[in-house]
Parts: sequence; structure tokens; C-alpha cells
Amino acid sequence: MDVQLEDSVLIKRYVSGDEKALEALIDKHNQRLSSFIYSKVNSRDITEDIFQDTFIKVIKTLRRGTYNEEGKFLPWVMRIAHNLIIDHFRKSSRMPMYDGSNTFDIFSFIGDDKLNIEHQIIKDQIDLDLGVLINELPADQRDVLVMRIYKDMSFKEISENTGVSINTALGRMRYALINLRKIIEQNDIVLTI
Amino acid sequence: MEKIYSANRRKENELKASDRTVKFLLDYSKSLKVTEAKGIKFESNMN
Repeated sequence: MDVQLEDSVLIKRYVSGDEKALEALIDKHNQRLSSFIYSKVNSRDITEDIFQDTFIKVIKTLRRGTYNEEGKFLPWVMRIAHNLIIDHFRKSSRMPMYDGSNTFDIFSFIGDDKLNIEHQIIKDQIDLDLGVLINELPADQRDVLVMRIYKDMSFKEISENTGVSINTALGRMRYALINLRKIIEQNDIVLTI
Repeated sequence: MEKIYSANRRKENELKASDRTVKFLLDYSKSLKVTEAKGIKFESNMN
């Protein structure tokens, strides 16, 4: 409670022009945020980069006056960092990597993992069909599934958003998947490329 | 007697962003100006 209050006081001071408050905020959460990022990326350099980008987003949001998560500063910052970590892994999976072996393989540099046009059309059709099937689910199960799969929210966030416990959210997700499989089996639907 | 070796995780636990990164963020904050015109907010960096 005290920690939350302190964050909100620091944020107010910073927004009203006190740069020292930002220093205090960074210092206060530096170790926790850095450890969180490092635990995912396992590299000090990348940790520094993501830490920096996270706080740039924080600074911009605070200065634009669009921050509205009073008292929940650290979870909000962690969410920003989490999204940046995902972006980092998405980017790095697209980066050409040299495998260190003596043989030179041009295809490791020019490889294209994109689907061809036929598979892309089939995939789009599957995504569309899946959307229709998801709409058949009971509302509570559908909401949890959409938040988890399409919005990439954690079960903790889902439980906060829907006002149910984490266990209930997990249960709804489980039943959503069971019911989806049932609908697919009953209607002999094939959802593969 | 058997010796139990464990990885030293102390360094990881004490991991912090460097002073240089923190200084960059503080300088960035000082140089960032947000101006509003007709309801639209513009960011500019006065570096």
C-alpha cells in the first residue's frame, strides 16, 4: 500500500515538472525490472536496451498525460517490458543468424519462412472459420479465450479484467478449448493446412 | 562429506541498469517537450 502510494506521489511530482522524481522512480524499480528482463532475455546488453526502451515509453506516456493506472505503476511498467521482450524475440527470429560452422549456406541468410500464397489463403480461411467457432462459445468462455490468445493477456490480467479468480479464468479457458474441440469434431471440420 | 555446489545467482539478483542508461533516460526526459495544439499532442526532442 505504501509502495503504491509512493509511486503515485512520485508520478504526480514528475508530471508537474520534478525531474528528480523520475530518478527516484527509476532507481526504485531498477533492480526488479532489470532482473525481470534479464530472466527472459539472458543478456545484459539486451536487458539494458529493453530497460531503456521501457522507460522511454513510460516517460512519453507520463509526459503526454495519458497515464491512468493510478497505484499500479510497477505492473504497468512490467507489461510494457513484457511486450518489448516479445517484440525483441519476434525481431530476432527474423534476423539472419550465422551458425558458426565452417560451411557457408546461403539459404540460412536468404531463407523465407513466409507461407506461399496458397497456404496464406488457406490460413486466412482457417482463421476466419475459427473466429466463427469461437463466437459459438458461451460468452464467459469466449471472453477468456479471446483475451488469452488474441490479446496475449496473462491469466492474472484476465482475472482482474473479468472480476473472477485466476482459477475460474483457467477453468473457463479449459472449457473453451474442450468445447471448441467438441464443435470441431461434431461438425467434421478440418482446421489444418 | 559431500559438497553441494550451487550456481551463484547473487549477481543476477543484483542486476541493475547501468548509470549510463539511467543518465540517458534522465537527459531524454529533460529534452522531451510535449506541446498540445488543437487537442493533438506533439512530442519534440530539444537535443
